[in-house]
Amino acid sequence: MYNKNMIKLSPKLSQKIMYVVLALSTAIVIIPVLLIVFIIIKNGWSAISWEFLTSMPTDGMRAGGILPAILGTLSIVACAICITLPVGVCAAIYLNEYAKDNLLTRIIKLAIVNLAGVPSVVYGLFGMGIFVMLLGFGVSIIAGALTLSIMELPVIITTARGALNSVPYSFREASWSLGVSKWQTIRRIVLPNALPGIMTGAILSISRISGETAPILFTAAAFYVPHLPHSMFDQVMALPYHLYIISTQIPNMPKNIIFGTALVLLMMVLSMSLFAIVARLYFRKKRKW
Amino acid sequence: MNNKLIDSIIEKIIFLCGIIAIVFVILIFGFLLKEGFYFFKEYGVFKFIFGKYWYPSSNPAVFGVFSLIIGSLLVTLGAAIIAVPLGIATALFIAELAPKGIRDILKSIVELMAAIPSVVLGFVGMVTLVPLIRTTFDIPTGLTAFSGSIVLAFMAMPTIVSISEDAIRSVPWSYKEGAYALGATRWQTIRRVVLKAAMPGIIAAVMLGIGRVIGETMAVLMVTGNAANIPSSIFDPVRTLTATIAAEMGETVRGGLHYRALFAIGLVLFSITFIINFIADLVSNKNKKR
Repeated sequence: MYNKNMIKLSPKLSQKIMYVVLALSTAIVIIPVLLIVFIIIKNGWSAISWEFLTSMPTDGMRAGGILPAILGTLSIVACAICITLPVGVCAAIYLNEYAKDNLLTRIIKLAIVNLAGVPSVVYGLFGMGIFVMLLGFGVSIIAGALTLSIMELPVIITTARGALNSVPYSFREASWSLGVSKWQTIRRIVLPNALPGIMTGAILSISRISGETAPILFTAAAFYVPHLPHSMFDQVMALPYHLYIISTQIPNMPKNIIFGTALVLLMMVLSMSLFAIVARLYFRKKRKW
Repeated sequence: MNNKLIDSIIEKIIFLCGIIAIVFVILIFGFLLKEGFYFFKEYGVFKFIFGKYWYPSSNPAVFGVFSLIIGSLLVTLGAAIIAVPLGIATALFIAELAPKGIRDILKSIVELMAAIPSVVLGFVGMVTLVPLIRTTFDIPTGLTAFSGSIVLAFMAMPTIVSISEDAIRSVPWSYKEGAYALGATRWQTIRRVVLKAAMPGIIAAVMLGIGRVIGETMAVLMVTGNAANIPSSIFDPVRTLTATIAAEMGETVRGGLHYRALFAIGLVLFSITFIINFIADLVSNKNKKR
């Protein structure tokens, strides 16, 4: 029955109809993204000032700035990437350069896939149990950073592996044929050529973890801290968590401060992502092989 | 100096990093299992999974997660119904129809979409979508499962679009040539040949997107209303598994029954996403082997 109806439409016409449907679907997906960015910029722009970015919140967060939240997020993210990047890149080197196609490798790959799928709030639970309580770091920058670094590990491994894998095999063969050892080849030939790919992946990761709330909810973030972070074991305010509490927990919050905070977070995250995306396109074009 | 020694030390370190993913998966699972096991022993698995009521602070406390599971499934199902057709259609458009310049721009926007923090999406949903739904459908509150589904659909979209697009683009050109040679139009080729050949990849994309939606926390916490009841329709407020952990962990006594109940929820979530990712991995591996 369905087919009979379809036959009545000529293939050309049904093609035209479907093209319009596909284009419309794409528009439905893309337009809200632009709309969200537009709404936040339009409503948040008035709150942005030098003072907003560089002063402490006052009057129960209803006035003043968001400096401690910005610094808190920066310190958590900086710590997290310093932990996850070397480990992740080494893991990628192992998988791409050393691992043989055996059961262990298969299990490692499966573990990475599953680690990538664990909900962020479950990472939060795990981080709280292990780092905050078992290891006694307390709710702190380091506990949050460790939690985020485990969460980001599978992403770093996957992107770094992609970058390593795109270095042609002949580069390695040329180096080996000169009698260079396996590790020296990786260090002098493979890594330098994979570096742009690894770095753009790292920037995307930084952007992603800057916006994460659930993993730091019980491991690093505080409702309000009256001073700027001093050490790795301090509780801190964090931008995404700050946005969550001022938009849901505090009554009579001025709308432009909430939008302003959202704008700062969004710009931080989007500018990093955009930089990474553009850099990747640039390096892809420049690549000679 | 002794180059061989340094090389072998470095290679050992690299191997250790290589197996670290396994270590963490086992650690996370073991940790959740340990905390959850205490809870199950004290409260009972059956009562936990199939109990209809979640009253953690009443006396005696009741920890039935059935309504939370239903909440999570309802929101996820709604998101999937919205995101899957739109996502696949967008992937087809980007991979098959869009001219090169536009394709790069569209792909970049999809990637930027993935970067928008869930708390920002939740906030925008709260101030725009929620009031809109309340007035359009004339219901007492706009904080409903439906609002959650829409917001989550947008969180699943980047995953579905970019992975499906990869799958569609990796269909060998010769398949299409074969179809064209038989006189098929472009759309007929896309529908009968390209979509079929790319299907395992698309299914994996959908599974991963759904996995992301089930695990999503902040956005659902902000727009679904957080009422731990079994919803009678998609326009009722619901509460999800993830939102319960996020909302209540701060109030629990460390080591208490409520605290452990939240870890048991974590265990349920971990198991659900584990199964989903396992299936996605199986499907996409089958695809690669072919």
